[in-house]
Amino acid sequence: MKTAKFDWQARAIQAAFVIVVIGLWYYVGRKGLVSPIFLPKLPNVLDKFVGIVQSSTFYGNLGVTLFEFLVAVVIASTCGLTIGYLVGRSRYAVVVFEPLLASVFAVPLVVFLPLFILFFGIGFESKIAFGAAYAFFPIALNTIGGISQVDPRFVTVARSMGASERQLFRRVLLPAALPVIVTGLRIGCTIGFLAILGSEMIAGLRGLGSRIVSLAEGMNTAEMFAYIVFVIILAMILNVTLSQMQRRFGERREVA
Amino acid sequence: MAPDAIAVATVSHAYAQPDAGVVKTLNAVSLGVRKGELLCLIGPSGCGKSTLLNIIGGLVPPAAGEVRVNGHPVHGPTPKEIAYVFQENTLFPWNTILDNIMVGLEFQGVPAAERRERAMDAIEAVGLTDFANNYPHQLSGGMKQRASLARALSLRTDILLMDEPFAALDEQTRTYLGEELSVLLATTNKTIVLVTHSLSEAVFLADRVVVMTARPAEIKATIEVKAAHPREPSFTTSSAFSDLRNELYALLRSEIEKTVGGFVGNAAARDRERRAVAGQRDSVIGRAR
Repeated sequence: MKTAKFDWQARAIQAAFVIVVIGLWYYVGRKGLVSPIFLPKLPNVLDKFVGIVQSSTFYGNLGVTLFEFLVAVVIASTCGLTIGYLVGRSRYAVVVFEPLLASVFAVPLVVFLPLFILFFGIGFESKIAFGAAYAFFPIALNTIGGISQVDPRFVTVARSMGASERQLFRRVLLPAALPVIVTGLRIGCTIGFLAILGSEMIAGLRGLGSRIVSLAEGMNTAEMFAYIVFVIILAMILNVTLSQMQRRFGERREVA
Repeated sequence: MAPDAIAVATVSHAYAQPDAGVVKTLNAVSLGVRKGELLCLIGPSGCGKSTLLNIIGGLVPPAAGEVRVNGHPVHGPTPKEIAYVFQENTLFPWNTILDNIMVGLEFQGVPAAERRERAMDAIEAVGLTDFANNYPHQLSGGMKQRASLARALSLRTDILLMDEPFAALDEQTRTYLGEELSVLLATTNKTIVLVTHSLSEAVFLADRVVVMTARPAEIKATIEVKAAHPREPSFTTSSAFSDLRNELYALLRSEIEKTVGGFVGNAAARDRERRAVAGQRDSVIGRAR
């Protein structure tokens, strides 16, 4: 089992990398090589981490961010899947809309953040709208790609056996396109999470992002790092969940 | 005599191509397929054999003419009467073999309670019982085509259309599957139209072989193969077999030449053209000096 061995080696190297980074951080703090305002000592950050997970401020901010994220993802997936399907079904619509969506997605939408705040206010609404806008594009684009690239022979076969429009969607188009669509959902969720944290940091009153910024402005670097560590953990959980989802739906087929 | 199972009446077909304008593929083809016979369509590549098959199956509308199946005109797929076996890789890769066949039965409108049993019967008929729960990519090319055949058989139609079902397989597998098919079909009494490139396959399987011309395709000749089904492998070594095969090839040869263009003639023309262009270029250079 060569691959199993490689897997094991890769895991070991990855773990060693993380340990080296943490070790370096600890070492730098202990020797006082960098001012604790720039890089707080590791034990202080851990203390703060234990402190924040027992505070209600933390849970309030976490709740706001998670709520924004979930609503944004639901909006983006609903719109992205619907529009992606409708466009992907017609070759003409693909030619018209696919480049349009792709070029809008290429614009750094963050320049429109002030507009989002103008339209939706400084509260959670603008964060949801901004996160949903960002997550929408990869979901829609991948759905278009997945649906429009279904092997036409599968459609012909299904029609020859008498498949109705609904059966064609449920039994052929959806399963054929699913791996590509799931990849789109994964990218959409990752980008959406980033967009929500970013918009909170730029102009927000509540949420993990705005909390990190206000701690930085108060020179409370140790607590800020504790929040950052938490966001990293959150991102890792999200990533593992999404890749599990991708494995579940995306790897069943093998190109013959 | 019973009326024909399939009646093709002066069917024409053409399609538009950006560079070539309108390409005419079928030119007023008329053809009758008798109940219970196996009819082979053979012709040069790209002549429109598959198009004719798709018109019979209702997957492609004809530009002119009409097809009748069991007496009524065809407008669109008729899954209750016609089942298809396509070239290759048309099994859904996300379904097991069993699910592939059950989903076909669902499309055809078979009640859910009957699907599993009918699917398993068809899988057994092609000898894939042990592989029912495998995915297509876990099967060899020959097994996949057997599974495609099982899917078509499970639909229990009177008519089976086969579009080069063994084209992607190696020769030994193809010959073996042909023999199996002959045995299997001798018992089912289905009406079959088979498109093939293989002369041996056509002679071995068919009751009648229809030879088509190069594009736009017309029917050039129809040859009867008078040997009882199921045919033994020894049939392929008989003189009757090789005579028929040679006769078919003689009929096809001039048509193939029309499509391929005939190497010798073309090369000579290209050579003349090249020399003419070179001559021009030389004279231009000469003048510039």
